[in-house]
Amino acid sequence: MELHPERGEAVREADAAPALSARGLSRRFGAVTALDGLTFEVARGELYGLVGPDGAGKTTAIRALAGLIRLDGGEARVLGLAADDHAVRERVGLMPQQFSLYRDLSVGENLRFFSRVFVLPREVYRRRAERLLEITRLGPFLDRRADALSGGMYKKLALACALLHEPEVLLLDEPTNGVDPVSRRELWALLHEFVHGGMTVLVSTPYMDEAERCGRVGLMNRGRLLLEGAPPALIAGFRDEAYEVRGGERDRVEAELARTASVRAASPAGERLRIVVARGAAPELARSLAPLGATLAPVTPDFEDLFLSRIREEDA
Amino acid sequence: MSAPAPGAPVIEARQLTRRFGSFTAVDAVSFEVERGEIFGYLGANGAGKSTTIRMLNGLLAPTSGTARVAGHDVAADPDSVKASIGYMSQKFSLYLDLPVMENLLFFGGAYGLFGKALRVRAGELLELTGLAGQDAAITGSLPGGMRQRLALAGAILHRPEVVFLDEPTAGVDPVARRAFWRLIRQLSSGGTTVFVTTHYLDEAEYCRRIGLMVDGRLVALDSPAGLKRTWVPDRVLVARGQGLAGAAAALAGRDGVRSVQPFGAGLHLRVDPARLDEAGVGRILSAAGAREVVVDRAEPSLEDVFLAVVGREARGEAVT
Ligand SMILES: Nc1ncnc2c1ncn2[C@@H]1O[C@H](COP(=O)(O)OP(=O)(O)OP(=O)(O)O)[C@@H](O)[C@H]1O
Ligand SMILES: Nc1ncnc2c1ncn2[C@@H]1O[C@H](COP(=O)(O)OP(=O)(O)OP(=O)(O)O)[C@@H](O)[C@H]1O
Ligand SMILES: [Mg+2]
Ligand SMILES: [Mg+2]
Repeated sequence: MELHPERGEAVREADAAPALSARGLSRRFGAVTALDGLTFEVARGELYGLVGPDGAGKTTAIRALAGLIRLDGGEARVLGLAADDHAVRERVGLMPQQFSLYRDLSVGENLRFFSRVFVLPREVYRRRAERLLEITRLGPFLDRRADALSGGMYKKLALACALLHEPEVLLLDEPTNGVDPVSRRELWALLHEFVHGGMTVLVSTPYMDEAERCGRVGLMNRGRLLLEGAPPALIAGFRDEAYEVRGGERDRVEAELARTASVRAASPAGERLRIVVARGAAPELARSLAPLGATLAPVTPDFEDLFLSRIREEDA
Repeated sequence: MSAPAPGAPVIEARQLTRRFGSFTAVDAVSFEVERGEIFGYLGANGAGKSTTIRMLNGLLAPTSGTARVAGHDVAADPDSVKASIGYMSQKFSLYLDLPVMENLLFFGGAYGLFGKALRVRAGELLELTGLAGQDAAITGSLPGGMRQRLALAGAILHRPEVVFLDEPTAGVDPVARRAFWRLIRQLSSGGTTVFVTTHYLDEAEYCRRIGLMVDGRLVALDSPAGLKRTWVPDRVLVARGQGLAGAAAALAGRDGVRSVQPFGAGLHLRVDPARLDEAGVGRILSAAGAREVVVDRAEPSLEDVFLAVVGREARGEAVT
């Protein structure tokens, strides 16, 4: 059978296209501009993290790429096709931020329900469900109704239902909120495995340790990308400095830090404090901390330091 | 008013137990919380944290055991308990389609506050929570972090002695989380007792004491520093560099290596200091193909404690 020459061209083009492409996406809700010319691409087989303050537009961006909302401007494409094209729908999986399960069905019944939605062969279902139940530790609770699960167990069941379907492209909107630290690690190991197998994953998250585990990260604010790149490269380009404050009485030290404009953020690091300081401002800060018996020791910045510093800078 | 004597605990749980059918969600839990303390309650999903809170709030009757909160018995006098506490539930408790001020007035009405006094108090709280000027904003249009601060404002409108915050910062961004914790600490220094759950173990460092739950039982209760001393006697190392993911396998099972975990882009490991040091780890990783390896010693974190208490290895040991 001979392909129509123009159609063959279109197919080849679609095969070479990035998995996800957002070009100049704009969307307003009343007076709020949720997306303001957002542009980024995710290559096939990439694990891309979308981070940003609450309200930055992450969910709206993911919904646009899932073809679920109308755009005021710009173009969202998936696997070379328009995001709302029916031909692309079944190749993309989505876990929305508020994923609804059947509350009056049990854990097992919910999983079986979604396996039917995704039309999974029985053997495939059995293998995947077993693995997901192990990771989420929901195995012992197969017969419990979804509405009797704890908050985090419910979230993990939702994630298990979404992950049953191993689509070419997976969109996850804050999939681990409320999930405990042990399960969070195991779920991320599973995502890495999927990506190793060729899946493309776009994930939004409020956890900066998760952002650091992505191949590339886009930092969004007010509907646009502020920064984009591989976490180690972004951290290497960090403009501020990170320090640990040692010694001194915590409350008094914190009061002094709060008074100092060059201190962009302070967070507990064990009994010490970890701070982000504008480049070059540390010597002066050290002088004002000395009378409190506190000293500064430089530490390697991490992605959370970077987030705190860039967002504070934008807000200022 | 049966105000507790000064120095008496504000929360007192004795063998507190809750079963659902044959399943024991909270299993003979006993602890005390002092006035003005920030008390953290941690554990894996399903460990029984929210169920404990609902019993302490007078919302769910204990199957057995007792608890007193602000001087009242939770089973005998749940209404007095409800009047002396504030509660931010894990599920959302605000009306998203109402303006911010209406939500606060609604909470106030539920606590028997009315009229001018209520408006003045609501204004004070908007100021305190950094929401001044947002009175007319529709609640659903606020970013998550602000909504959580509004929910906290609603929970403390009636000046409760104790507030229960069930995962108040879930899904909240790093900047907004810090703002929320500044509020918690301000409340506590004003004498309010704060009972809080969280899965962000960095912020749990701000708790004076932490209780750790595993499968309904309270298995550890101490200050953050005390928990680290007891549960993480090993040395904690952080390795950074290129190609670590591939080289990490070379560490597994080596003499002196207790655990290896990915940590951001690096590796987090626990070693027996008598058998392996920083340089040794660096050599193993470099020999396995990693480049530009830097290995530093780190203070154990509460995440290390959490993994030691509820991680799979810990559970495996508990089973045998
Ligand atoms: N359906 C809607 N109607 C009105 N405003 C909306 C709607 N959806 C989003 N917004 C607004 O658009 C902005 C971006 O919202 P979005 O949910 O995309 O942010 P986000 O980055 O996902 O935030 P979060 O981290 O809190 O989930 C916010 O100001 C939000 O209030
Ligand atoms: N009404 C109920 N019927 C049966 N089991 C229940 C009911 N309510 C709670 N449970 C079970 O009790 C256990 C403890 O739940 P709880 O909500 O207290 O956990 P949690 O520690 O708060 O977890 P998370 O971190 O996920 O919020 C869970 O296994 C849950 O499924
Ligand atoms: Mg969102
Ligand atoms: Mg809970």
